[in-house]
Amino acid sequence: MNALVLKGGRVIDPSQGVDEKRDLYICDSKVVRTLSEQPDVIDVSGKIVCPGLIDIHVHLREPGQGAKETIQTGSWSAAAGGFTSVVAMPNTNPVADGPDTIAWIKQRAAQLAVVNVFPTGCISKDMAGEFLSPIGQLKSAGVVAITDDGKCIQNNDLMRRALQYATMFDLPIMDHCQDADLSNGGVMNEGYWSTVLGLKGWPNIAEEIIVARNAMLAELTGAHIHCQHLSAAGSVRILRQAKARGIPISGEICAHHIVLTDECLKTYDSNFKMNPPLRTQADIDALIEGVGDGTIEYLASDHAPHCEFEKEVELDDAPFGILGLETEVGIYLKYLVHAKIISLHEMIRRMTIVASDLCGLHKGTLKVGSDADITVLDPDLEWTVDKHQFLSKARNTPFHEHQLKGRATMTIVGGKIVWSLENGLVSHS
Amino acid sequence: MKWAKKDLLAISDLSSEELLILLDTTASFKEIISRAIKKVPSLRGKTVVNLFVEPSTRTRCSFELAAQRLSADVISIEKSVSSFTKGETLKDTALNLQALNADFIILRHKSPGAALFLAERLQASVINAGDGPHEHPTQALLDVFTAREKLGDLKGKHFIILGDILFSRVARSNIWALLKLGARVTLVGPTTLLPEVFREVGVDVCHNLDEVLPEADAINLLRIQQERQQATLFPSLGEYTKLFGLNMERFKRCKPDVLIMHPGPINRGVEISSELADCENSVILDQVTNGLAVRMAVMFLLSGGQLPKIKEDARKGTSK
Ligand SMILES: [Zn+2]
Repeated sequence: MNALVLKGGRVIDPSQGVDEKRDLYICDSKVVRTLSEQPDVIDVSGKIVCPGLIDIHVHLREPGQGAKETIQTGSWSAAAGGFTSVVAMPNTNPVADGPDTIAWIKQRAAQLAVVNVFPTGCISKDMAGEFLSPIGQLKSAGVVAITDDGKCIQNNDLMRRALQYATMFDLPIMDHCQDADLSNGGVMNEGYWSTVLGLKGWPNIAEEIIVARNAMLAELTGAHIHCQHLSAAGSVRILRQAKARGIPISGEICAHHIVLTDECLKTYDSNFKMNPPLRTQADIDALIEGVGDGTIEYLASDHAPHCEFEKEVELDDAPFGILGLETEVGIYLKYLVHAKIISLHEMIRRMTIVASDLCGLHKGTLKVGSDADITVLDPDLEWTVDKHQFLSKARNTPFHEHQLKGRATMTIVGGKIVWSLENGLVSHS
Repeated sequence: MKWAKKDLLAISDLSSEELLILLDTTASFKEIISRAIKKVPSLRGKTVVNLFVEPSTRTRCSFELAAQRLSADVISIEKSVSSFTKGETLKDTALNLQALNADFIILRHKSPGAALFLAERLQASVINAGDGPHEHPTQALLDVFTAREKLGDLKGKHFIILGDILFSRVARSNIWALLKLGARVTLVGPTTLLPEVFREVGVDVCHNLDEVLPEADAINLLRIQQERQQATLFPSLGEYTKLFGLNMERFKRCKPDVLIMHPGPINRGVEISSELADCENSVILDQVTNGLAVRMAVMFLLSGGQLPKIKEDARKGTSK
């Protein structure tokens, strides 16, 4: 028996409507009501104890791109960011469009990951946007959602069929909303800065037009569609209108899109090159408003590691994407909770039970009998991001030396402490 | 004021004062290259590398000759013969050149920001000879130098920049140079090649050439690239020429002493009719000559050369 008590913390568990100061008991891998034997005691007074946070949008790069990140190092990064579960995108090499790749990922995660890794599968074969992948077999192999993230299905008929087909398996379809012609060659937001810098623009409309299409297809098919990493003001407006009409559609933001603008590109630093690109302050305002009024419910990172040498090239040639897992909680606490856009309770709700429900993870709660996946937060801790301290294999962050407020201080997965701010990564097999 | 910058990357980075130093220094080099012995020892023992990852014969030749006139050793590398074709990165190529103790790297590259990328990583002085559609600072310097020779002080003078503004490094450098010198700038071109957002930098935007033509003191034509047609940006060269080509009929409605400028190479019969390219108002060949003086001045200043004392008439140029 392995007994543990988190003593003196403020327990916030939105799945049960709990927000109170109390001790939390863990026995083996589960949350329990009481303990019969002498537990290890961890003092968490002054801290928040919540269900383990979930990030529904990360890239772990395996199979195939282990130089950028591995399932193991990605899981370390997640733990250091306060996450106990991550949903991994399928744009690996090979892409995760068949049950064998999913089986490989699951086996690898079981052996090496310190957090729960939930794979997703591709919508289309080879992510080529032409033919459906074997969605039924992917479901049997254990995917929690399907998406062609990194690409967007341009063929409206294929997208319609994918939505219809996926309803048989109760799998959410996630979509990376990007019209390929309207964004063709774009490396940053189209606007004042792209014009002055001479860089090819990627306009808002390239995202908005797909969000609008998705709303129409979701209405037609009745299938839920989740729009990933929204960046443009118009997307929020379309989403709000669609939801008001009862269309089964949802939206997600990533932390960088509510903090940084396209002006950051003026030094041509590839750490600010991401897809979708950083937009303007007006877009940020709209995204934050959307988060505040519940139009956008999902908060994620789009953790996208790249090797330093890959990013250290001309901006046109640099890959899109930045790290996210280790800065995300600090950003959401600072820019959403401390800025009074949403409450701490609400932020935790969205990053736990709401995220879990989207993908059917059966996580995100501290109910007695549930898996003891727990995050301890210090929402007031002021800290400075230091990329050299990251547990991710990569270093491509635009937030190096950024001041943040609030941070995870301990991550517990299945009743075991896997990381703490004090001791770092806890040794593992 | 003494020159303090290691590199010349963009006109937008320069103060008006720095811009004037560059133009003044150009004036004294123009004097030098009109002498019988055109060579000075300013860069003796220095190595200048022309790194042209995107080919451009005329700019490369101008830099090459400028370096030779300053007595530097010059190497020119073009993409077809460089290790770029073997997959070497820009950073690696530059570090190799640094290991050979290059003092100047003159970079022409297809990507905006490429010159800054190198400058941040090298001790050598980097001169941007065109980074994609971003900037081409020596072109802007030679353009405003030429215009000052003909028009005198540019304060209040009205410049039209005409053509494919969206993809033009010449436009992006000239806009800044002209604004810093107090000129008025109107950009003219089809809506697809000239986004409204340019107004935010302090210029006018117009899509009807005939409307603004009579007010112009100078018309700076840009080269129209044929491949834009396929990129849905305009229907055909014929239609472009009809709407925006400078021809004799339009020229008749211009001020009689309007300057006609073009960075070359010219598409005769597309952006400008052949007879106008060769007419008295055209300063296209003066621009080429001044390009040499400008590039000598830039390398001279970046190498730490002192600002020479020059006569006032050389400074402003002689009026036609
Ligand atoms: Zn994506």
